[in-house]
Amino acid sequence: MQLITCPWCGPREETEFRYGGQADLAYPADPSALDDEQWARFLFFRDNPKGTFAERWCHDAGCRRWLRAVRDTRTYVFAETGPYGSFPRRSARPERSA
Amino acid sequence: MTAELSSGVELRSASSPVVLTRRHPLEGRRATLEALTGEPSITLEPLVSAVDLRVDPDGGAPEAIAAALGGTLPRSPDTWTELPDGVALRLGPDEWLLTSAAADPHRWEDRVDALAAPHGGMAVDVSAQRVGLRLHGPAARDLLAFGCSIDLRPTAFGRGRCAQTLFGQAAVLLVAHAEDDLRLHVRTSFAGYVVDRLVDTARSLRPTPA
Ligand SMILES: [Zn+2]
Repeated sequence: MQLITCPWCGPREETEFRYGGQADLAYPADPSALDDEQWARFLFFRDNPKGTFAERWCHDAGCRRWLRAVRDTRTYVFAETGPYGSFPRRSARPERSA
Repeated sequence: MTAELSSGVELRSASSPVVLTRRHPLEGRRATLEALTGEPSITLEPLVSAVDLRVDPDGGAPEAIAAALGGTLPRSPDTWTELPDGVALRLGPDEWLLTSAAADPHRWEDRVDALAAPHGGMAVDVSAQRVGLRLHGPAARDLLAFGCSIDLRPTAFGRGRCAQTLFGQAAVLLVAHAEDDLRLHVRTSFAGYVVDRLVDTARSLRPTPA
């Protein structure tokens, strides 16, 4: 079984991770302006390259952070992994009931 | 209602005559663990108060909270430091697990949360989330290695290190205290599975009596 390098935890077994699909999808700027076909394309249509593919993975059994990985779909070899975006610089702190 | 943390202490409600006795979630397996001979020994850790602290790691918040608590918070991933009556474990870039053996759970939550609030962070009580097991003896790491894939050699996982990983099918939090002294935290609902698997493995490691 291969190791995936979590940017936070380091190399860990693949079973600790969950696949999260294609990376870098942009949410539509104005979703309500989309017709059904365009919305369906955003929701359900993904690239399926033979070769290098940028993907999201989540380190479920470890730090539970998302990461961005570039993987070759022919060989399953990971070319690189890195953090996915950034966590909120300041948490939106909800009011707590007493 | 008074809440005591030590195992088996009675919880009394002033308005009700009902007496609830708090049991360790693994109380039913205590005898099995005590009957294990040889090493490593597997013992149940006392229940402690624990909060999950989420706060921006940059901008001085961890240092300020640590100073107010009278200890330090770990700066590096997968490491732990000591607090006056507990430990601080780094679980993620903006996440720590802070324990206290002395404070009761809601007071511990209130205290850490009040310290995190000015920094936009917060603390949530997770005392009931995990139970702890202690593995003691030269073969402690060998025993864990039967269910863990991470590098458990003392050079890679020495005192001060911790890791969230899998033991068999269960997510666990491993804490290294010494070469022959490790702590394992597991979600309460998976604790029975982990203990049974540890006991099973420990028995298979030991020479069968003649
Ligand atoms: Zn991780």
